[in-house]
Amino acid sequence: MSTASRLGDVRIDSAWGTLRRGLALSPEITHGLTLTLLLAVVATAGRVVVPVAVQQTVDGGLNAPGGADIGYVRWMVALAAGGVLVTVVAAYLMNRRVFRASEAGLATLRTKAFRHVHDLSVLTQDTERRGSLVSRVTSDVDTISQFVQWGGLIMLVSIGQLMIATVLMAVYSWQLTLLVWICFLPLFLALRTFQRMLSAAYMTVRERVGFMLGAISESVVGAQAVRAYAVEARTQRRIDDAVESHRAAASRAQRLAATAFSTGEVVAGLVNAAIVVVGVLLGVAGDITLGRMLAFLFLVTLFVAPVQVGTEVLSEAQNAIAGWRRVLGILDTPADVVDPGPDGVSLPRGPVDVRFEKVSYAYPNGPTVLRDVDVAIARHTRVAVVGETGSGKTTFAKLLTRLMDPVSGRVLVDDTDLRDVRFSSLRERVVMVPQEGFLFDDTLAANLRYGRPGATDDDLWLAITELGLAEWAQTLPAGLDTPVGQRGESLSAGERQLVALARAYLADPDLLVLDEATSAVDPATEVRLARALEGISRGRTSVTIAHRLSTAEAADEVFVFDKGRLVEAGPHAELVQKGGVYAGLHAAWISQSR
Amino acid sequence: MRASDVRDERQATLREGLRILVRAMRDEPVILGVAVAGSAVYGIATVAAAEVIGRVTDQVVVPAFRDGETTTRALALAALAIMVTALVKAAGIVVRRYFAGLGQYSLNARYRRRVTRQYLRLPLSWHHRHSTGKLLSNANADVEATFWPIAPLPFALGVVVMLVFALVSMFLADPLLALVGALVFPAILLLNFVYQRRLSPLATRAQALRAELSGVAHESFDGALVVKAMGREADETTRFAKVAGQLRDANAAVGRVRGAFDPMLEALPNLGVLAVLAIGSARVADGTLEAGTLVQVAYLLTITAFPIRAIGFVLGELPRATVGWRRVSAVLDATGALPHGTGSLRGQGDAAHLGIRDVSYSYVEGTPVLDGVHLDVEPGRTVAVVGSTGSGKSTLASLLVRLVDPQTGAVLLDGTDVRQLEPGAVAGAVSLVFQQPFVFEDTVRDNVTLGLEAGDDDVWAALRLAQGATFVRELDGGLDARIGERGATLSGGQRQRLALARALVRRPRLLVLDDATSAVDPEVERRILAGLREAALPSTVVVVAYRRATIALADEVVYVDEGRVSARGVHADLLARSPGYRDLITAYERDAAERAMDRTEDAS
Repeated sequence: MSTASRLGDVRIDSAWGTLRRGLALSPEITHGLTLTLLLAVVATAGRVVVPVAVQQTVDGGLNAPGGADIGYVRWMVALAAGGVLVTVVAAYLMNRRVFRASEAGLATLRTKAFRHVHDLSVLTQDTERRGSLVSRVTSDVDTISQFVQWGGLIMLVSIGQLMIATVLMAVYSWQLTLLVWICFLPLFLALRTFQRMLSAAYMTVRERVGFMLGAISESVVGAQAVRAYAVEARTQRRIDDAVESHRAAASRAQRLAATAFSTGEVVAGLVNAAIVVVGVLLGVAGDITLGRMLAFLFLVTLFVAPVQVGTEVLSEAQNAIAGWRRVLGILDTPADVVDPGPDGVSLPRGPVDVRFEKVSYAYPNGPTVLRDVDVAIARHTRVAVVGETGSGKTTFAKLLTRLMDPVSGRVLVDDTDLRDVRFSSLRERVVMVPQEGFLFDDTLAANLRYGRPGATDDDLWLAITELGLAEWAQTLPAGLDTPVGQRGESLSAGERQLVALARAYLADPDLLVLDEATSAVDPATEVRLARALEGISRGRTSVTIAHRLSTAEAADEVFVFDKGRLVEAGPHAELVQKGGVYAGLHAAWISQSR
Repeated sequence: MRASDVRDERQATLREGLRILVRAMRDEPVILGVAVAGSAVYGIATVAAAEVIGRVTDQVVVPAFRDGETTTRALALAALAIMVTALVKAAGIVVRRYFAGLGQYSLNARYRRRVTRQYLRLPLSWHHRHSTGKLLSNANADVEATFWPIAPLPFALGVVVMLVFALVSMFLADPLLALVGALVFPAILLLNFVYQRRLSPLATRAQALRAELSGVAHESFDGALVVKAMGREADETTRFAKVAGQLRDANAAVGRVRGAFDPMLEALPNLGVLAVLAIGSARVADGTLEAGTLVQVAYLLTITAFPIRAIGFVLGELPRATVGWRRVSAVLDATGALPHGTGSLRGQGDAAHLGIRDVSYSYVEGTPVLDGVHLDVEPGRTVAVVGSTGSGKSTLASLLVRLVDPQTGAVLLDGTDVRQLEPGAVAGAVSLVFQQPFVFEDTVRDNVTLGLEAGDDDVWAALRLAQGATFVRELDGGLDARIGERGATLSGGQRQRLALARALVRRPRLLVLDDATSAVDPEVERRILAGLREAALPSTVVVVAYRRATIALADEVVYVDEGRVSARGVHADLLARSPGYRDLITAYERDAAERAMDRTEDAS
């Protein structure tokens, strides 16, 4: 799939690169970072207070040269207690700042990504991949926030703790410190391998989650089809298989993680044993005091703990980096259709004329679907566009409304290239009604107001009445306040189209483009709608992609598309006489409809 | 996203949460039992390690420093003891973590299977009352949230064992110091309790907002074409940003509570150690306590400080788990299903007789969509159901395959009420093709057969009849080509043809087409209809349609108006008899004629 591969072309940066770019896009995260880091240093240093107090108590207090110095011990304990309190306050302030900053930053990132997704053509062209786009702005960002606030904090403090513990240990005994590092070095090196293995294992898990969700969604989205064909057992079997394969993959990853995590414990034991042996030998040789030796045993636990926790955090970090990469991947995908913004042209309201100049369109890495279209639509004209599926007529409509940009040539509205027109101005003047009448999960009135925010109930009724839909609207259980259900599914397909049309009508555009907007509506209603629209659209320019050729008969001009080319254009009667492509289509239509 | 879906902010109680843990232990007693055992071993080994360090200090380290000499044997024994406890600890960790994970994933899998069984069992009317997004998250995120505390649960239970050993160990070393140190544990539990109380409502709110945010994104992306066509991207972003902002504030509120309690939890054991030192050092000075014992008690406290937080991990996840479980159990406890009988259909392989007896159906009470529909269709006949938009045709179609049951009246197949038929009997005889067909995440072949024993020849024959063979042949892999989210994307017309083939391959005794060719080109539709006519299917056919060509295929037309059969008969007959039908069907011609007249007038 060409569009999917474009979205999949995520820049694979190094973990650091991803982090740097991620932070650049969420500047809030690093706001006030200096103070947060200072607090982190205080919080980390606090963790070393107790072992030092123990060492001082034992060595300088209890084993003081002139006998036990209880006053000194009390003084040390009070000092340490003060240290603990300072640590609590510092850690609290640090946590608060990290939470606030990361949440602010990630909310910005989410919103940026959400806005950007709406600019990507994959959203409107490849409807089946919307689910994964939703997860980019929801669960992927959640993964980052979970990591930053839990793993990230732990990592920050852990690394600090490792460094401080190393320094302190070195003060007590450089020989033993060296010993500790020598014991842990192989583990640090092995961690990279563990990380790679874990990351591969969790990748499989994530993939299986996708399969599982797909299988589960069949029982929900396909509920009707499953029942109509009584394939409950088969569907359940597919779900069970997917659920089981996810469970198996997750368990495998867990086994790996459990083993990796326990390695830290084994090394810790090794370190303790080595310290006792070497420490005693050093003590016998007179190179270290008893108090120092005991404090060192404490300090080692401070060194070991972050290593153990660190192995936990690493797999989380993998997840977060992957999530971050996916969100950045969205933002890196260039928006195909860009709003010129304030630099663009704002067109005055009024009847529109349109010109296509040598316009061609091809999907990325795909075949050309529209070729060298050269045509003009004069003001006030009502144009019908006809042709078989795949002839390029919907592409024509999308180029006309700038849902896509041509690969070559240009589309001019009132002699201005569409690409130079501000979106705010363009969408006010040009509105398209697509075939599937999508409605939001709200009331009928709210959906109609989507076309004109601020419209009163009277405005809505006026529009409904003008379109000849008042009788239908009155049959609804709660009138304008009737909830339409998710995607409008409480209404029938035809009714959804009626609402979509009324919504566009309320928007009051200068150019109305209908893309098979009444395909599911009964003939009588369709004709009534067409007539109503004509009545109101005098003075307006309209382009209708026609499924039924009755529309073409009524139009001022008919554009006939065939295999990506505009092959005929002219009034209905003229084209029928000409005996070309249109005459053939029309004959087929007549034989079917009369 | 419906408000009721996400706004359940009832406070989660501790009792509810604990019940989830009990349920989990009951569901997976062996796996979780092994995990708890591993954790207990870890806990005991942790205490033993402190004991070993204490003894090594007293019996090896202190004498060596005092005497200025030591033996290889003593050192070797000390090192060995330390290593053995470390290895036992490590083994405990592996067992605990692996089996805890296994338990968590097994529970997830078990409840996912149960939830989806409900999805497949519950009637369509139940599905209509719940949003897709909510049901998907019930089976996925909510199940996961429910059993999230299972991962740290064995650790927490093992910690209890460890605490008992640590306390005993401390009391054996020195009862007074042990008492001082032991105060730390109730203090931690108390702190945890306060923490839960404060955090629970905040976490619940954050969870609800997360669901709401996902709902907004889903809907906005689903309606992308409308958003774009209306130029409402900025408004949609505002809508999203508003919920994102609420979620940000909710998460920050959670962070404030967590950020305060985490350091306090960490500080408590430290304060305990300092208290032990203050009191212990005085007694060392008195000579009533050995330095080694003081070190041992202090060390025990330090060492239990981290694991004791596992209890906090479990309790901390309980509010979220409770909210998840409420949603999951709402699905599991949902009742209602289409009851089946034991009857079977008499006819085999030949066309079925269809009887509709005074059928009424309403989605909203008081506004019936179908109101006393009465109809008989003789075997082998083709009937077109015609009516204006919103007249209840699709509802009627769904009654025929028993997607729903009528509120009054009955649908009969070969004279038997479909409610009395055994499971699978209706689907075995009737195939419905929807206007907007569902495509399974599978190959073309499996999408057509859906598990039916059918050879490739039969599949191709059905595809040819549905005019779908050509595009399938062009797909990479033909019948084996995957379609759906991870495969090829089909156009609306292609989906409809695939769905038609799905129905035809079954050689149904009653074929119901609900505007099933609306997205197909007129010329292709013509070929499909011609094919159906010539194929001599063993079917009674009910077709919902507007197009003349489709109606022409029918032996008879039923005109439905305001939920009732207003007229029925041969097309020509109805044209003459029923003004409503005439208006509907001849709309295009009349329109064309009027326009032609207008043009003549304009010209003259």
